[in-house]
Amino acid sequence: MKKIRIGSGAGFGGDRLEPALDLLERGSLDYIVFECLAERTIALAQEQKLKWPDKGYNELLEYRMTKVLPLAVAHKVRVVTNMGAANPHAAALVIKQIATDLGIRQLKIAAVTGDDIFDRLDNYRELPVLETGEKFNSLQTKAISANAYIGAAGITEALRNGADVVVTGRVADPSLFVGPLAYEFGWSPDDYHMLGKGTLAGHLLECGAQVSGGYFADPGYKEVPDLWNVGFPIAEIFENGDLIVTKLTGTGGCVSPATVKEQILYEIHDPATYLTPDVVADFSSVTVKELDPDQVLVSGATGHPRTEFFKTSIGYKDSFIFEAEISYGGSGAYERATLAGEIIARRLAFLKIPVEELQITYIGVNSLYRDTISIQQNGTFHDFKDVRLRVAGRTGQKEAAVRIGYEVEALMTNGPAGGGGVRVYVRDNVSIVSLLVPSADIAVQIEYLEVL
Amino acid sequence: MKLREIAHSRTGDKGNISNLSLIAYRMEDYPRLRQEVTAERVKEWFRDIVQGEVIRYEIPSLGAFNFVLKDALGGGVTRSLSLDAHGKSLSSALLDMEL
Repeated sequence: MKKIRIGSGAGFGGDRLEPALDLLERGSLDYIVFECLAERTIALAQEQKLKWPDKGYNELLEYRMTKVLPLAVAHKVRVVTNMGAANPHAAALVIKQIATDLGIRQLKIAAVTGDDIFDRLDNYRELPVLETGEKFNSLQTKAISANAYIGAAGITEALRNGADVVVTGRVADPSLFVGPLAYEFGWSPDDYHMLGKGTLAGHLLECGAQVSGGYFADPGYKEVPDLWNVGFPIAEIFENGDLIVTKLTGTGGCVSPATVKEQILYEIHDPATYLTPDVVADFSSVTVKELDPDQVLVSGATGHPRTEFFKTSIGYKDSFIFEAEISYGGSGAYERATLAGEIIARRLAFLKIPVEELQITYIGVNSLYRDTISIQQNGTFHDFKDVRLRVAGRTGQKEAAVRIGYEVEALMTNGPAGGGGVRVYVRDNVSIVSLLVPSADIAVQIEYLEVL
Repeated sequence: MKLREIAHSRTGDKGNISNLSLIAYRMEDYPRLRQEVTAERVKEWFRDIVQGEVIRYEIPSLGAFNFVLKDALGGGVTRSLSLDAHGKSLSSALLDMEL
């Protein structure tokens, strides 16, 4: 039975590189996929592209490709990545230049675009925003980016046309993996059963080490060997859609039924209806079975016809967010920190500083879970000897945000005894909302560059 | 006994929705989890954090549940004021629930 080996080269934009290089050298891979776009990343990349038209791709692109390309060529591994971010065209040019400089010959690079619909946002003014239900037109003037989560089709076509490296912008994460699988196994766009299986393979690999022992260890309960040296995962996918998740020998981490189960359910809602641009995947009857240490067989996924919409992320200039912190220690630390918190709340009211939303918490006490859970976990709050006041808020005006930072800093000479370690952060926050845009409106384009 | 003794969990996020898996270490504990860790109990446990409804999905083939917590991330990961804007640490709080 034909099988394809895909390695995961990155689970987020800034992920480690050496585990990916190890996979290229020793993994007997057919493909390596670098997933590098978080929800907000592409909006920030669009801002960069506005300033510098030949930028707007992943900032580690040059660093990664300089080391990846020679190994990928030597071991005949094709590369798929969304490192193009807001500018796949520019990213493809960069990759071509790197290949040329390295003396690599006969390399075909494909840039897949069509996800960027910012210039057509007027058509969607009346659509409801998924997060709030309000019409999009109230946010449109603040929008800075609009990218649809497109599917696997562009990647599949690029591979069919001989691309060695495929660079995209926004593509649904699992589709980065479905693209090569659909090409290799000849799945048609309406073979939902197989697309559901391919989507599970992609879903398992899209977060890098999160399926091979990363983000799993809980000493005393869940032990992971050599986590400092965790290996990135490989999926071996068979023609019938079953897959084995594994990793390289000699690397840290582990692949077990437990690591695989955690990742199957990561970031999904109804396991029977996992929406992607390619398929409505159904993970509700999936089974996992350990074949050998670090070898887990996954089967039982299926799929149903996809919806007629692509989720589209809109980045918009939302508000200024400030965060300011100061620490108190020793006996009475909690009382002094809460006094400081009360002072800040009164100062903001006294000075009439406009704040849309304010959050005052105490790091080490209740900053993660607020009071109900924290009291259950800790009993009383009064025994803490290392408490950090955290003031966070949202405002429409930068001056207000900066002013609040000064108020927290003023706790040094004007606040309770023994406060120290003030840090203030102010940022012009870009937020994301989503629309459902008809998929028929979106045409995928592919541009090819060749190093001869 | 804390939930942590018999199950493990991971948090995921999408917009303003958090999801917490709950996976039995041993399949024989699954019925007990089904009976005791209801959507209502999880909603009550996270009442300071989750403003919306809590839905529990069952995945018996994995010995697992998936809890979907709506309106749980301070307006959404990209605009939340919380220190842990993604709510990544919520899974550890779930495991601190008493059985």
